[in-house]
Amino acid sequence: MYNLIGAGLIVIGGGIGLGQIGGKAMEGIARQPEAAGKIQTAMIIIGALLEGLAFGALILGK
Amino acid sequence: MDQLLHDFSPGLFFMQGIILFILIVLMRKFAWKPILDGLQSREDGIQNALDAAENAKLEMQNLQADNEKLLKEARAERESMLKEARDLKNKMIEDAKTEAQETANNMIAQAQAAIESEKKSAMAELKNHVSGLSIEIAEKVVRNELSNKDKQLKLIEDMLGEATLN
Amino acid sequence: MIFLTMKVAKQTFKFFILVSFLFANAFAMADNSSKDPVVSGNKVDTAEEIREYISHHLKDSHDFHFYTHNESGTHYSFPLPVIVWTSNGLKTFMSSAFHHDDAGQVIVDKGDTKLVKIHSKIYELDQGATSVNFDAEHHATNAHKVLDFSITKSVFGMLLTGLLMLLGFGALARGFKKGKSVPTGFSRVLEPLVIYVRDEIAKPNIGEKKYRKFMGFLLTVFFFIWILNLLGLTPLGFNVTGQIAVTACLAIFTVVIYMFSGTKDFWAHTLWMPGVPVILRPILAVIELVGFVIIKPFSLLIRLFANITAGHFVVMSLIALMITLKASFGPVVSTGMSLLLSLFIMVIELLVAFLQAFIFTMLSSLFIGMAVEEHDDHH
Repeated sequence: MYNLIGAGLIVIGGGIGLGQIGGKAMEGIARQPEAAGKIQTAMIIIGALLEGLAFGALILGK
Repeated sequence: MDQLLHDFSPGLFFMQGIILFILIVLMRKFAWKPILDGLQSREDGIQNALDAAENAKLEMQNLQADNEKLLKEARAERESMLKEARDLKNKMIEDAKTEAQETANNMIAQAQAAIESEKKSAMAELKNHVSGLSIEIAEKVVRNELSNKDKQLKLIEDMLGEATLN
Repeated sequence: MIFLTMKVAKQTFKFFILVSFLFANAFAMADNSSKDPVVSGNKVDTAEEIREYISHHLKDSHDFHFYTHNESGTHYSFPLPVIVWTSNGLKTFMSSAFHHDDAGQVIVDKGDTKLVKIHSKIYELDQGATSVNFDAEHHATNAHKVLDFSITKSVFGMLLTGLLMLLGFGALARGFKKGKSVPTGFSRVLEPLVIYVRDEIAKPNIGEKKYRKFMGFLLTVFFFIWILNLLGLTPLGFNVTGQIAVTACLAIFTVVIYMFSGTKDFWAHTLWMPGVPVILRPILAVIELVGFVIIKPFSLLIRLFANITAGHFVVMSLIALMITLKASFGPVVSTGMSLLLSLFIMVIELLVAFLQAFIFTMLSSLFIGMAVEEHDDHH
């Protein structure tokens, strides 16, 4: 039960983080479409790092 | 976490390690090295070809520029030659003209001189002739007049009459 | 303009995938807890059995199982060799000796050693025991695990992948060796992928000068993970990159490589950070070391493992909708829903298969790039 609550919290946190990354990246691309490739790569890397964090927490919590 | 540790198989880990290591070694030797070398040499080849093309283009441009310069020079030379020739021609014509003029002037002067002298001699001759003629005529007239006495008298009278009137 | 829109759409899609898998994984992690043994060969038709079936699939197995006919109980499968290191030395036999038993009922007697298989793991019975006793939580009380070097399904999948890679890229390499500068046939597909890994992953992260040394590792790992991920999507039922031992091994390779190729500068910056007060330096050194030795590889291995496990879990659950929803919606509707949803998730999984290989390689090269970087600014 507590596991599930914890997992929910992690997912909420991760979701907010991913939303921030994605939103800012979109803004960046809209502002500078020619830098889209670089922004995309950086976005994926940061997304992956966040994902690792969230998964790590999920697995440790399980 | 417990579940994960339970599921973790050291044997599989070991097998994976060995397989991955062997795979990396084999792939490096038989695949990646030749592939990357091939790609590199191909890219170098393309780069070289591009560079060569660029160089050739530059050379071509240089050549063209040279050609143009030569052409320009040749044109300028021709122009100057033409000009020179034209000048020469003009000069020659001028010279010829002045010379001709001079000769003509000389000739005219000579001719005039000759004409003058001829005229003079002709005049002198004419004078002589005319004087001879007149003397002859006068002699004839005088002979005629003085052939009889009356006439001689009459002439004298006329002449005297005239002389008094004057 | 259209191209740009497509690019943006692609990015949105990638993020959608990341988000959806964060969510998908949450319930994947939270869900598989019950541990009732199910003798394989029975009809799978209750929620409990489906869960059991999925968790069985997510584990490694010792035989290559395609299909079991329900009425006759015939298994369509072929056995794989079992190689175990027991307390009495190395024992080898074919997995058919277990007769598809997965609950510790069939005991393989190898003279001095008695072996049983429980939940896809091989146990050795303690001295004198003749059958497995279970405690309340269904853990064997009189048996212990053995070191299992078997050619399991995962090892088989890895060998298959290795073979495929050697054949495919060997052909491409032979083309280059022969002096052909343009590959033909299937090599034409592989070549841009190699160039992609080199130009998009290795060069920008490691640097133009040093990337070459690490290409062997990065390319091998990239294609290894990708092909294994794709194999996992076939009905053959491989789940190799969803084995935590496999991803742990991959991550440890990365750690070893960047630790051993670290420059003097890197170690100076890690262990004795210049430009900060001396008192803080040991603390920073501990943080950096923990980051490089534990956190980075841990996040690498967990990410790959969790994504693939979650993907398999979701796909199988959606396929199982066919059975679970049959009672409430009838066979046609439940089958249609199941097909539609699993098709959709399968398409995403195809992308995830690539994305995870890409991210693993990308982060590996990023870490290697950190380790081999020359700092010319001493701040």
